Amino acid sequence: MIKDTVAKKLLKQNHLLDLDGFSQSDIQAIFDNTDSMMEVLDRGIRKVPALRGKTVITLFSEASTRTRVSFEQAGKILSADVINVSSDGSSSKKGESLYNTALTLQAMKADAIVVRHQHSGAGYFLAQQMRSTSIINAGDGMHAHPTQSLLDLYTIKKHLGDIESKRVVIVGDLLYSRVARSNLWGLTTMGADIVLCGPNTLLPQDFLDSRLDDVRHPFKNITIENDINKALNGANVVMALRLQSERQKAGHLPSLREYSRRFGINSERLKLAHPKAIVMHPGPMNEGVEIEPDVAHGQQSVIESQVTTGVAIRMAILYDLITGNRPEKEL
Amino acid sequence: MTSKTLIKGGRIIDPAQGIDQISDLLMVDGLIEEINTSISKPRNAEIFNAEGLIVSPGFIDIHCHLREPGEEYKETIETGTAAAAAGGFTTVCAMPNTQPAMDNQSVVEYVLRKAKETALIRVFPIGAITIGRKGKQLSEMSELADLGVIGFSDDGDPVEDPNIMRQALGYSADLKLPIINHCEVPSLAEGASMNEGWVSNRLGLKGMPASAEEVMVARDISLAELTGGHVHIAHASTRGTIALIESAKATGIKVTCEVTPHHLTLTENAVMGHGKDDFQPLDNNAYDTNAKVNPPLRNKSDVNSMIESLNAGIIDFIATDHAPHSAVDKMTTFQDSSFGISVLETALGSLMTLVDKGQMEVNTLIKKLTSDPATFLGKNIGNLKNGTSGDITIFDPNATWTVDPQNFISKGKNTPLEGALLKGKIKATFFQGIKVY
Repeated sequence: MIKDTVAKKLLKQNHLLDLDGFSQSDIQAIFDNTDSMMEVLDRGIRKVPALRGKTVITLFSEASTRTRVSFEQAGKILSADVINVSSDGSSSKKGESLYNTALTLQAMKADAIVVRHQHSGAGYFLAQQMRSTSIINAGDGMHAHPTQSLLDLYTIKKHLGDIESKRVVIVGDLLYSRVARSNLWGLTTMGADIVLCGPNTLLPQDFLDSRLDDVRHPFKNITIENDINKALNGANVVMALRLQSERQKAGHLPSLREYSRRFGINSERLKLAHPKAIVMHPGPMNEGVEIEPDVAHGQQSVIESQVTTGVAIRMAILYDLITGNRPEKEL
Repeated sequence: MTSKTLIKGGRIIDPAQGIDQISDLLMVDGLIEEINTSISKPRNAEIFNAEGLIVSPGFIDIHCHLREPGEEYKETIETGTAAAAAGGFTTVCAMPNTQPAMDNQSVVEYVLRKAKETALIRVFPIGAITIGRKGKQLSEMSELADLGVIGFSDDGDPVEDPNIMRQALGYSADLKLPIINHCEVPSLAEGASMNEGWVSNRLGLKGMPASAEEVMVARDISLAELTGGHVHIAHASTRGTIALIESAKATGIKVTCEVTPHHLTLTENAVMGHGKDDFQPLDNNAYDTNAKVNPPLRNKSDVNSMIESLNAGIIDFIATDHAPHSAVDKMTTFQDSSFGISVLETALGSLMTLVDKGQMEVNTLIKKLTSDPATFLGKNIGNLKNGTSGDITIFDPNATWTVDPQNFISKGKNTPLEGALLKGKIKATFFQGIKVY
């Protein structure tokens, strides 16, 4: 039942840095392994010896609670020794810091380093320095957040039965969002019907417009819709993205207030979506800006379910990368 | 005792005189003595057999960074000029973004003295436009001109304040020297580390739009017209910049521009790793900090525009913008990495790919490396006329070689061309009659 393609895929690269180039079967295989991990999470005693004697280091140079704790919980349930390192977020003048930190952690025999960094490509940079340690990208700048996307995909599949042909509306700051970037790849691969909604100043226009003459363009069929009401019409999934106040300061928006009025997800607007539509948010939320509290905590919200799924996804990834084995054999 | 060198049987290309023929060339006491189809060997002459090779005037680079004083760990005048000689250059112009900046007599004198003591080839300094390159107060341009600077630039940074730019153009006009501007509107490029477009969006890197360059080019052209000054646009990189320059030239405004070898041959895709296609999954070479340069590598349409405009003469000449960095400046995240490529030793090889692909004549290429920059300098170099300095570059247009930065003479090993196969190899460089490579 559990496919080994994922193990091969991840092991070939030895790292999980983004979802570019993942196939449907790669993602399905991760889902299958995640099913096993979900089962472990439902047990009374949530502890299995799968990663006993293995070391996972979380290296976060950017504030994060949910992602770091999620990885820590995932590692601990699998009996790995998890060490949390917070490094100074300020960009080091010559970058020896990140380089040397990586070499040091590898020399300490870390099996995997989970890295969150404010610079895009930090995961690639670290992976380039590694001989034996796996790098898991837990969010790099505006580039990618692959485990978040995988947990989003898994959540959609769990609640709606399938991802293919589902109308997924992503609303908000698509330009700066690493979650959105990873989801574009993941959702496209899984055959979703993607609609992006936001002001033009926060849409990655070049990503969608240029290179369209190339038949291999992965994002040919993505729709851009500035009008939230049109975007939500018939949506199966409504995904709101965090809007950071820095965007207003940088001139992308007149005000958070106007943003909220034009693009905020409220219960009135949600009625335009499919009656069984689910509402998602990668967190942390600015309630009252991109999403109203009654929607965030309402009947259609699966935001808490996303969090639980996140632990299982990360267990599956850690397990695959560190052991290369299939979970059914040892759990 | 006189020294004589006879270069036998090469294809001599001298755009300044319209020469392209198989001939011999004789240098006596550091000067060009004679070009003739057959020169018999004079007594005591050194012979260089150039059969199958191209013999051209020594290349001239109007724009390079020698880093001395202040950043000798990246490059020195000695290593930079040795690298230049290895790349076929016999004249380089040193940008003033040293530490301290070349904004006063003593620093320029220091550079000239160091060049005299350590350089293998000719070095012309470029003076800073403003004190400390801060864009606030003009440097003492007239005094710097007396020392022999060939122009003024705050390169690395633009002159942001339009009024300072206006004054600089006006003041330098009667010195008959150009203002060389690095055109980039800072607020449009803030936090950006590559070209804005598909690749920057894919990699999640903040991009600088072509407009960041073009808005300032348009401003500078307007100010050149206002003042009668000569503005030279350093490292033009976008299709829009070319359109602005073309129309300004047509109306007689004193504007010139240069293009680098990398903006003629590489696109933004180099940031994904050498030879990487738009849609392939990223691999170990992704976020190649050696492809981080300012102005950034642009898209295919821009590169094509650069080639067309160089052929059409809208772009005046090629300059390297050689910007050596140490490993530590590049061993970091893309965003933290320094801007710049070490170019001098790969310039000819990468430019010859244009000739190889039929996009440019070799004569045009040589013209853009010799007589055209010489015209810009207003100096009698970059030609093979009798009696001029024996500055000669000899290269094999067909020899292929693989770029290995560890073999660079330059301290800067920072090239996105590592491992690339280039065609066209420097065989010898003579400066004032002496073989310096």
